[in-house]
Amino acid sequence: MTAFSPSRRGFLAGGAALIIGAHLPMGNRMATTAATGPVDLNAFVRIGEDNTVTVIVKHIEFGQGPFTGFATLVAEELDADWSQMRAEHAPADTATYQNFAFGIQGTGASTSVRNAFTQMRQAGAAARAMLVDAAAREWGVSAEELTVANGVISHANSGKTAQFGELVAAASESTPPTEPTLKDPADFVLIGKEEVRRLDSAIKTTGEAQFTLDVYREGMLTVVVAHSPWIGGKVASVDATAALAVDGVEKVAQIPTGVAVYAKNTYSALKGRDALEIDWDLSEAETRSAEAQLEEVAAAARDGEGVVAETYGDLSGAFENPTQVIEAEYRLPFLAHAPLEALDGVIEHRGDGAEIWMGSQMQSVDQMVTSDILGIPLENVAINTLLAGGSFGRRAQYDGQFAQELAQVAKAGGKGTYKLVWTRSDDIQSGYYRPQVVHRHRAALDETGRIIGWENTFATESIMGGSAFEAIIQNGVDPFSVEGAIHKPYDFGAFEARWVHTDSKVPHLWWRSVGHSHTAFANEVFLDEVLQGQGKDPVEGRLELLGDKSPRDRRVLERVAEMANWQGVNGTDGKAYGVALHPSYESHFAYIAEVSELSGEPRVHKVWVAADVGIAVNPDVVKAQIEGGLGFGLSAALFNEITFAEDGRIAQENFDSYRLLRINEMPEVEIELAVNTHNPGGIGEAGTPPIAPAVSNAWRVLTGTPVRRLPLVRV
Amino acid sequence: MTELTVNGKEVALDVPGDTPLLWALRDELRLTGTKFGCGIAQCGACTVMVDGMPVRSCVTPVEALEGSDVQTIEALEGPEADAVRKAWVDLDVPQCGYCQSGQIIAAATLLTEIPNPTDEDIDYAMAGNACRCATYVRIRKAIHEAAKMLEG
Repeated sequence: MTAFSPSRRGFLAGGAALIIGAHLPMGNRMATTAATGPVDLNAFVRIGEDNTVTVIVKHIEFGQGPFTGFATLVAEELDADWSQMRAEHAPADTATYQNFAFGIQGTGASTSVRNAFTQMRQAGAAARAMLVDAAAREWGVSAEELTVANGVISHANSGKTAQFGELVAAASESTPPTEPTLKDPADFVLIGKEEVRRLDSAIKTTGEAQFTLDVYREGMLTVVVAHSPWIGGKVASVDATAALAVDGVEKVAQIPTGVAVYAKNTYSALKGRDALEIDWDLSEAETRSAEAQLEEVAAAARDGEGVVAETYGDLSGAFENPTQVIEAEYRLPFLAHAPLEALDGVIEHRGDGAEIWMGSQMQSVDQMVTSDILGIPLENVAINTLLAGGSFGRRAQYDGQFAQELAQVAKAGGKGTYKLVWTRSDDIQSGYYRPQVVHRHRAALDETGRIIGWENTFATESIMGGSAFEAIIQNGVDPFSVEGAIHKPYDFGAFEARWVHTDSKVPHLWWRSVGHSHTAFANEVFLDEVLQGQGKDPVEGRLELLGDKSPRDRRVLERVAEMANWQGVNGTDGKAYGVALHPSYESHFAYIAEVSELSGEPRVHKVWVAADVGIAVNPDVVKAQIEGGLGFGLSAALFNEITFAEDGRIAQENFDSYRLLRINEMPEVEIELAVNTHNPGGIGEAGTPPIAPAVSNAWRVLTGTPVRRLPLVRV
Repeated sequence: MTELTVNGKEVALDVPGDTPLLWALRDELRLTGTKFGCGIAQCGACTVMVDGMPVRSCVTPVEALEGSDVQTIEALEGPEADAVRKAWVDLDVPQCGYCQSGQIIAAATLLTEIPNPTDEDIDYAMAGNACRCATYVRIRKAIHEAAKMLEG
């Protein structure tokens, strides 16, 4: 990672408002004006003579919807017909396809639409202006007399009409406008409309959608790597005799992350891996129990001073002579991401260049590490980003973890083509988890039971520390570790959040909603306990604390109470109701969960969701992300934790021990989106944080016991 | 050598008999719609039809399939499959899409057996098919929609 300095490229500074891009590069694609065939009017818009408009999408599509979202933004300003829109992934090209929030090409932090909302509209508007200019020239009329609607350019006076395909060759000769005019949001016909459906649904019902695992190249070998079942274990010695005797196994090589088995097909590679005899050096490994590690984090939260992430008001004054002080501690486990398509990639190593096919979420990083390891120039590393079977943070590797292993496989293998496949055990047992977290909360109350001071000290790892993105850490505060613990919607009068930075040998990574995945739980569960202790209603009590500070949060909380016909926490038929409110990624969410007990476990029947995400480019995709984000968070809240077995190995290996939420455990979800013209908020992650506290708050009512750790169902 | 029928074609698979059908379909026949999720019959992403019954191809050895009739997502057809696919697209069920081949095969099988399933029938039939994107709300709704279409 020597040559790579994202800080120089302006990686989003902590806490800064997201930069909405207003930069429209033409890229290398501009020059393609072949006599026939599709034409690139700019780096993002390609139009075919068959009238198809293909949007070149700089973010990876793994279900969260950038293909549909970006095509909508382009089509809106292009005045295209939705039926002519297509989407495909951009190549690795940092200068052209950077994420304005990162300064590199990559996807994450729910920034896709937020960073490119204006850029994609400009791309569509610029292409439209070029087509209009072409029509004006061809027809000898003034551009002002032309209209465009549903993919047809018309000249009313002469009755002339043309579709985009007829004009695109001429349009490629037009000068792109420097400041393309954008529509008034009141004139949107596609943005914000439920009728705009996903572009990628049909191919995902026929087996046609191509994922990385589906790539087969001539002469390709399939590779699996034996990784240490202990976190931090290294290969001490390996006997590959039996593995090499397996029919189809071609080669065995030790690489920095383990022992790679190269074979003619997947099953031979897997059998070869099983036949390896490896002695592991555990001298640097973490083999203590998860509980022992969590105790260490708890001690840090209790005894560590930490750094102040946010402070306001007279905290010591509030705690000097309060009527009552309430304290509680909350513990959260390691979590695996477990995307259903485990990590995989294909690399063609040509000696002086390489081509990669993978679900690359950080193309700039993956390109750089491949270049470094194979010793080939960056520009000779091509990346074909493919649809990926989920990520939830796992593919967003700031160190290019998987691309590094893929490049090492190619380096050890020599020139040739290799498909590296991770199995579920590689996925579950190899670390890169949401780190353990311990939160301590303390509230001071006055004689009326009102909160007058709130102190939160929490211990966890730095998400970005030690990575290429370390520059994001300002004043010792990693924004990804503290998000959600700061800038809460409530006005507590006096408040302080302190983060104690712990270290661990267990590799960590952002996990869908990152800091919010733990801060929302601890905040909202503690607040609920405090309110209940004072005999206050959880909706009324929250509204009281919101005051005028956060009108958008206030509105979603009021609305969700109306939707659920809120009558308090106790329902009939053994049901209880839990509330949670948590803004994240510039989106605002309030949940009410209806929960009962079934065989000693929480059964979540229904969740009401009121959300304000600003302009919802594709409202139905937003709703799908809320449903899915909620289900993902519920799986973790109910069932998920990574622990260490007695021999120090990771205790979970597959879905029999890392339990996923199933359809019979998924609640009904009723969603209402606020309609307004605020800039779009993030939607890929914001639905996850509020579900754990909403369900936990109902569970406390049902059981009479405070919820102080997750998951709720522990084996 | 195992001889069987895959998507209506007779094929002879020259692979070790213990090779899971999943890898034979993918690596030998390049039928890539059938996905690898867990390898131990826990997630359902590898579901295919064998002699009219849904099976987990990741734990089904090829040698057990001599003379069998295998159908994968690529060739899944019939009124139930058509209705399921249409409902899936109408409601935009898929997110990442990786598990959906298995979901669609399971849903089509359910509708073949129970034309108008209740929520409990859906839970029972579909609980073996995990979706990490948690598209379950829409899977449930789409199965009901497909049932309505079939009632016609």
